Amino acid sequence: MRTGVSLKKITLIYTPVTSQPRNGSRKFRSPMTYYKDPEKRLRYDQGEIDASGQENPERSFYRAYADTGDGAKYARYEDFADFMDKGDVFADLFRHAGEGQRSHIKMQGANTSYTLQIELLDAANGAKKRITMPDGNVLDVTIPEGVRDRQTIRLKGKGQPGYGGGSPGDAYIEIHIKPHGFYRRKDNNIHITLPITLSEAVLGGKIDVPTIKGKVSMTVPKGSNTGTTLRLKGRGILDAKTKQSGDQYVELQVVLPEEADQTLEDFVSKWAPANSYNPREKLKAL
Amino acid sequence: MMLSFNEVVNAIESLHAQDLNTWIRDGWVLPSGNTKNYQFSEIDVARIQLISELFYECDFDAEAMPVVLNLLDQIYGLRRQLNTLTRAIEVQPTEIRIKISQALTESGRQSPQT
Repeated sequence: MRTGVSLKKITLIYTPVTSQPRNGSRKFRSPMTYYKDPEKRLRYDQGEIDASGQENPERSFYRAYADTGDGAKYARYEDFADFMDKGDVFADLFRHAGEGQRSHIKMQGANTSYTLQIELLDAANGAKKRITMPDGNVLDVTIPEGVRDRQTIRLKGKGQPGYGGGSPGDAYIEIHIKPHGFYRRKDNNIHITLPITLSEAVLGGKIDVPTIKGKVSMTVPKGSNTGTTLRLKGRGILDAKTKQSGDQYVELQVVLPEEADQTLEDFVSKWAPANSYNPREKLKAL
Repeated sequence: MMLSFNEVVNAIESLHAQDLNTWIRDGWVLPSGNTKNYQFSEIDVARIQLISELFYECDFDAEAMPVVLNLLDQIYGLRRQLNTLTRAIEVQPTEIRIKISQALTESGRQSPQT
């Protein structure tokens, strides 16, 4: 809608056919035109002449009809039925006038927006969630597989009801994904830090790894170290557009027994590496 | 005097028949008769004239127009009821009318000056 609509145009909506000028009353006038001659000004205000003094063709102002008996079919009252307390004389005035009224203007209902917190696993695998709205209505939301954080889901026709037979608005649900205990999401890939024992690190072996779709078996190569990262191809999150799944990256972390282990102490004290090594080689400052 | 669809389209210069059909469908205008033979009363024609001016000249689009019309119809509904109320007050005893008048003056004083 253009904003530069002239006030003159707007007066079309609401200009009376007859009005008595009252002394000192402020008449509505266009800022562009000011007739000093009160007679001309009145004629301008009434739409009989335009800004340049030209006679306007006689027009039938809507207001002249709206106040007549015929106007009843367009007049609206129901919005004022709650004008004052129920039982009040004003409430009656509008309530009775509104009886038998039909809403004739169709207006689309307002859109509504909500935020919905979901678990990472629900985002990764898809889920159905139910939202209870402030007005008590429930909204069933289908979370698509692979939904991203802050992504908005549109539920067509689930917003505010329409007016006078107009279609309802839409509901917009912004998805907020809660951080998970051990899965971290980067785009469609999943990252996880996986603790392994000293012997698994040194000797290697098959271990179970949790993924978003359930446990899978993974081979830890002999001599793996803390920080070694292995990739489980296709075990990440499905991309809705490309239909390709991301990967899961497993970063190993060697963990010693929590309680002191005498056999381990005895073993390491006797252990002399075949090739001596300095893990701090690169930190020359030490 | 009732006008037919074609008479209305001819009478209002800027009006397109296609648009008028849409306005009737959307409930902006409520002619009597049926879809084959609409009958437009004077208020219907005045309303179409108003909508035409808002639509073609002021660029109120199909989304803004229901809001405008709805507010307009609310105002006219209020005016009608205010007229009814005024007529009801007019036949009340003088004492009551003075009290009402005083109350209105009082509320006028309290409202902020613009």
